[in-house]
Amino acid sequence: MTHQSTLAAPAGCRDAPVLKQRGQHEVFCGLTGIIWLHRKMQDAFFLVVGSRTCAHLLQSAAGVMIFAEPRFGTAILEETDLAGLADAQDELEREVDRLLARRSDIRQLFLVGSCPSEVIKLDLSRAAERLSARHAPKVRVLNYSGSGIETTFTEGEDACLAAMVPALPETRDRQLMLVGALPDVVEDQALDLLEKLGIDRVTVLPARTANNGVAVGPETVFALTQPFLGATHSALERRGARHIPAPFPFGEEGTTRWLSAVAHEFGVDKERFESVTDAPRARARRAVAKATETLNGKSVFLFPDSQLEIPLARFLTRECGMTAVEIGAPYIHKSVVGPDMDLLSQGPTISEGQDVDLQLDRCRAAQPDLTVCGLGLANPLEAEGLATKWAIELVFTPVHFYEQAGDLAGLFSRPLHRRQLLKKSEEIGVPATPGAIPDPAPTSGGRS
Amino acid sequence: MKLSVWTYEGPPHVGALRVATAMKGLHYVLHAPQGDTYADLLFTMIERRNHRPPVTYTTFQARDLGSDTANLFRTACQEAHARFQPEAMIVGASCTAELIQDDPGGMAETMGLPIPVIPLELPSYQRKENFGADETFFQIVRALARPVARTGPITCNLIGPTALGFRHRDDITEVTALLSDLGVEVNVTAPYGATPGDLKRLGAAHFNVLMYPETGEAACRWMERELGQPFTRTIPIGVGATRDFAAEVAKLTGHEATLDTSRLRQPWYSASVDSTYLTGKRVFIFGAGTQVAAAARIARDEMGFEVVGMGCYNREMARPIRALARDYGVEALISDDYLDVEARIEELAPELILGTQMERHTAKRLGIPCAVISAPVHVQDFPARYSPQMGIEGANVIFDTWVHPLVMGLEEHLLAMFREDFEFHDAAGASHHGHKATPRPESAGQTTPAFGPSDPEPAPAADGAATWLEEAERELRKVPFFVRGKARRNTETFAAERGLSQISIDTLYEAKSHYAR
Repeated sequence: MTHQSTLAAPAGCRDAPVLKQRGQHEVFCGLTGIIWLHRKMQDAFFLVVGSRTCAHLLQSAAGVMIFAEPRFGTAILEETDLAGLADAQDELEREVDRLLARRSDIRQLFLVGSCPSEVIKLDLSRAAERLSARHAPKVRVLNYSGSGIETTFTEGEDACLAAMVPALPETRDRQLMLVGALPDVVEDQALDLLEKLGIDRVTVLPARTANNGVAVGPETVFALTQPFLGATHSALERRGARHIPAPFPFGEEGTTRWLSAVAHEFGVDKERFESVTDAPRARARRAVAKATETLNGKSVFLFPDSQLEIPLARFLTRECGMTAVEIGAPYIHKSVVGPDMDLLSQGPTISEGQDVDLQLDRCRAAQPDLTVCGLGLANPLEAEGLATKWAIELVFTPVHFYEQAGDLAGLFSRPLHRRQLLKKSEEIGVPATPGAIPDPAPTSGGRS
Repeated sequence: MKLSVWTYEGPPHVGALRVATAMKGLHYVLHAPQGDTYADLLFTMIERRNHRPPVTYTTFQARDLGSDTANLFRTACQEAHARFQPEAMIVGASCTAELIQDDPGGMAETMGLPIPVIPLELPSYQRKENFGADETFFQIVRALARPVARTGPITCNLIGPTALGFRHRDDITEVTALLSDLGVEVNVTAPYGATPGDLKRLGAAHFNVLMYPETGEAACRWMERELGQPFTRTIPIGVGATRDFAAEVAKLTGHEATLDTSRLRQPWYSASVDSTYLTGKRVFIFGAGTQVAAAARIARDEMGFEVVGMGCYNREMARPIRALARDYGVEALISDDYLDVEARIEELAPELILGTQMERHTAKRLGIPCAVISAPVHVQDFPARYSPQMGIEGANVIFDTWVHPLVMGLEEHLLAMFREDFEFHDAAGASHHGHKATPRPESAGQTTPAFGPSDPEPAPAADGAATWLEEAERELRKVPFFVRGKARRNTETFAAERGLSQISIDTLYEAKSHYAR
């Protein structure tokens, strides 16, 4: 490895003790991944087999961002399905036939398991087989579970991609596979960088459409672009592919180390690597430096959400000058985030899983300058005086690779910057009355 | 199994959450799998609440199913009680927990907590959000409210407002003021802002004001029976309904119905000449039953609109809405499938939609103006300003809200005069919809039809109805796009009634004079 100027010091926190608590988890279930997956795979439809709650979650998580007729829906289980009066397989077949008749553009159909379908042990793999036989070759039907009892938020994408791997055709070609759903603009930038490095046999999982020639085999090496893809990682290894471990491509350093690991695998020489990366590296550093003016010296507390927490903490502490108080992640797969942990200084509490009330106690005690947390906690913490960054935006926004490094830093600096801009309500002559927000106005209040 | 893309109502436990979040000193322990905590963001983001909803979710996972989810529930109950020290607790199951049959209610009873613990049975696979809220509030009231001495002065309770309700926050303020003018003070408002302790003194009021039947009717009926409290039936949305409400309250109190109308602007705004253009606008109304019924009356009697269709998504209100629709000479649409609603809208081609956020999107797609009158709610439905639906100010707010999406009178007149204007041609859409003007297709006007989005293709009318002759079709195109749908429909009906096979320019104008008002 010749490209990395600073090799990971063994003094990272890969072996630091991990705090594990079990209580209420304030996290999304894996169904939420459908919100971005259905945008990424343009000829795919995600059919959740679940309850009204599943439909309501998807709607609430998506908000009305993507109205129109989306490429996802919920087959809502009813009393008759539960009582066994209706054969769920037949019911599902009927709904799928109707759906495919209406949406002739669909080439891939994912039957997505939910908590209720898992609990009643509805066999979706059998359903997928039957439906595949019925609708092949036009439509391929796969299944995975996005249920909350089995998946946490981004694990839904992992389960989806892992379900696609066994169906990929075999290839013996030497190739690089990028794994993870990225916004198209970011994916194009990554492919462009790799091409300039001379690596041109590159495929992406998931591809934008079904008929794309993505294949896998013993000569395939793969690089993850998202840290939550543990099951996909294993599924690819089972197909003979080999993982290139690397820190994740967040920020200038992360992107360089990620690219460097790939370049090393493909024997790209140092000169070429530098000629390709020097300019974007400098741009990324400049862009991050702007946000760092706000972030430098500030403390950050990350609640578990998307499994991006460890790579992001590495970025925030090493590139933006922040101090991590606690880094919480729903799961920590060291085979995936190990290289990021190696770079992360010891000191912060590393926690896996969650008891949200106890974690809130620790957060309030620490009074961090910035708290990264989910939507259910953000406004309540703001009302208590803590600056927050909603974690879900990190999954929905283009944040990977050089050209987005500044945007990524900006997502964290904006809440702090905003606080500086807004005058305190006392300063503009209004008493701060946090309780007044949801309460009805006093009787005279609204009347002119 | 039923395929659903967007839903009007969440599951029943979300209704229970709306009651719990509205109250103070109450805690909800919900047996639910990991992920059901998404519901918190409805309150913290959409409603911008500055506190976490008072809910503990057991968030069980697959590995717990193999061991002991019941124990998880017990621990969650104990810890929630110790940490939050509520005055009372409600316990229940979400859809998945219902399937594993741990019986949270039964377990909680045996735990010997020193506070009232109220079990909820909300059938997730049969019922929905409004039922969940109504049933939850009813169960809490039934558990806590007892007969107590009536207050000296005449008082009432305001029943029904919840968290995440459509304008409930401001309606409480408005109705409280309205009642004060009528000489009635409010004893308890519930569930919004009430504590379990407050519910114990519900019985002190002389009567109940049922603000929202969707979420408060079961409790009102129980209180009528058990506490001898009559409740009001009129929902004071609109000028007429507000007057009727005042009369209904006056009957209960024996006082005179004194309504302070000094701030009431709606009737004059509606009568002033600029509003002439509102006359006979064809409106389609859809939402929760209560709001739909109120909107229909306002639309016809206070705005001078023509109600061309109505419906509701909550089956509980199907019967009254069907009856109301008959009075209006239209067929009610009772459906919770937004595609059915969209199809009906397309068929009726109204000039204004009064609907929910779903219809707002449908309207955007079809290019029809739309005002939102009902839940399901969106962040826009929680404005910073005071914006009630009920009472005097509510009538004013409704006038503004409904008129805003329409092109104003004089503006509409100018549009009609210069309909071939390069900016204000048919395909451009209304100027305030935030889009850049769309250039008119080159050959528009004479040869290529430039139909508005709500205007169906000039295909020969179906079902053996009359065919449009080309000259008549061309003449029809000169009619401003926002009334063209009506002109087409009227002409076709006119032709069909007379058994005409072809529609000429004469037929068009004969129909016009036939339907002239």
